[in-house]
Amino acid sequence: MYSEKVMDHFMNPRNVGEIEDADGVGEVGNAKCGDIMKIYLKIRDNRIVDVKFKTFGCGAAIASSSMATELIKGKTIEEALELTNKAVAEALDGLPPIKMHCSVLAEQAIKAAIEDYRRRQQEKQVNS
Amino acid sequence: MQRRVYMDHAATTYTKQEVLDEMLPYFKEIYGNPSSVHGFGREARKAVDLARERTAAALNVSPEEIYFTSGGTEADNWAIKGVAWANKERGNHIITTSIEHHAVLHTCQYLEKMGFEVTYLPVDSYGLVYPEQVKEAITDKTILISVMFANNEIGTIEPIKEIGQIARERGIYFHTDAVQAVGHIPVDVKDMNIDLLSLSAHKFYGPKGVGALYIRKGVKLHPFIHGGAQERNRRAGTENLPGIVGLGKAIELAVSNLEENSKRLTAMRDRLISGVLNSIENVRLNGHPTKRLPGNANFSFEFIEGESLLLSLDMKGIAASSGSACTSGSLDPSHVLLAIGLPHEIAHGSLRLTLGDDNTDEDIDYVLEVLPGIVKRLREMSPLFAQHKGGKHYV
Repeated sequence: MYSEKVMDHFMNPRNVGEIEDADGVGEVGNAKCGDIMKIYLKIRDNRIVDVKFKTFGCGAAIASSSMATELIKGKTIEEALELTNKAVAEALDGLPPIKMHCSVLAEQAIKAAIEDYRRRQQEKQVNS
Repeated sequence: MQRRVYMDHAATTYTKQEVLDEMLPYFKEIYGNPSSVHGFGREARKAVDLARERTAAALNVSPEEIYFTSGGTEADNWAIKGVAWANKERGNHIITTSIEHHAVLHTCQYLEKMGFEVTYLPVDSYGLVYPEQVKEAITDKTILISVMFANNEIGTIEPIKEIGQIARERGIYFHTDAVQAVGHIPVDVKDMNIDLLSLSAHKFYGPKGVGALYIRKGVKLHPFIHGGAQERNRRAGTENLPGIVGLGKAIELAVSNLEENSKRLTAMRDRLISGVLNSIENVRLNGHPTKRLPGNANFSFEFIEGESLLLSLDMKGIAASSGSACTSGSLDPSHVLLAIGLPHEIAHGSLRLTLGDDNTDEDIDYVLEVLPGIVKRLREMSPLFAQHKGGKHYV
């Protein structure tokens, strides 16, 4: 039911972990539904220089997190915001229809992390 | 080559060689229609009769009380709808439980739409139904009580004899979905006051696509499948001859080796359970510690999700199942795990390992060897585990 790419990213997920001094953190989903995705960003000069994730969820959720982090690594914030769930699913050679929401979560987690980064930047400006 | 370990016997079993050997001639050599008058038909009829006798003997009932079906689901549908439609003048109330198989639950929900009233009894944290609660739920409109013999997910064995006695005293029909029980634990239909019982061959090393409904003599129920005069005018359709032959052989074998098999599986099961509980933290056993099917082990691992657990085990050659939403095809985790009081997030992390004839002590060793590492890997990826450890939060 899963493509080889999904299985590869599930068994050998890229970018698992946390970033201690992250510039932006986004968490979406909830335990009740069986999916939580948390994404950590390190940003320098408007560019994502490092990204890590932690995910509670099914194989597709873990693979989507892994692929999504790969896709935004090294990208500018604007480029990362353009990442769609469809692009994540396509990069994984497709997801079963019932699992498409996992790619949606990945997109949302990235957006949430970037939003968190921007909020922190604004706070810094206000404080300085 | 990688080790392959099948621990999903509650889903289905392989067909035993002895069973297959008895079935094979009925595809090509003895292929008559059991309803035909000629010699070809009579040979086929003889085989069906023998299978019926073997099934009846296994349950301690008469052969005329056994009706072959396409499986457990049809038997459940027939028992419940058949009794409901035939007895609707007497009443419209059915009592069942919240942990039944969907073949029973969805049938009851259909009947609710048709104007019947259904009480879904709660269960305790082990998944046990209390006979007193059955008694209290009875009204003067109750026509049927349906309680499963043993639960397919968590393996809990219900107090069937006590419930049967209550039903008998009140003159209410008692049906039990015994799909997981027959061939695995003692089932004495007479002694347990059972009026209707569903069973399925592929759960006890018979073929798929065949089952039976026991109907006690005198029970009023409508046919479910209309057509020809097969099964004494109660279940139409040309008999699944090889399947029925296979069911007969499989049930005979299962019941004759029941005690020995049950002992062996119980010992392996208990070693698996204690091994898992001792080697992994934040895990719980679902179901009753002793009133459970010999081959059933069901765990919930905190902080991880069942499907990713199944995929990881599968990569190691181990076949298991889970009650997580991702494996149920819906958004909610298993209704059974919710009914025993598990919170959603714990229910999502469930793992069912069901042992069978082909499993060995080495299989248990292998599972105990690889499972802790799999759980550890998934937990290290899980934000819930990080929270639990009280690690730093960077939000």
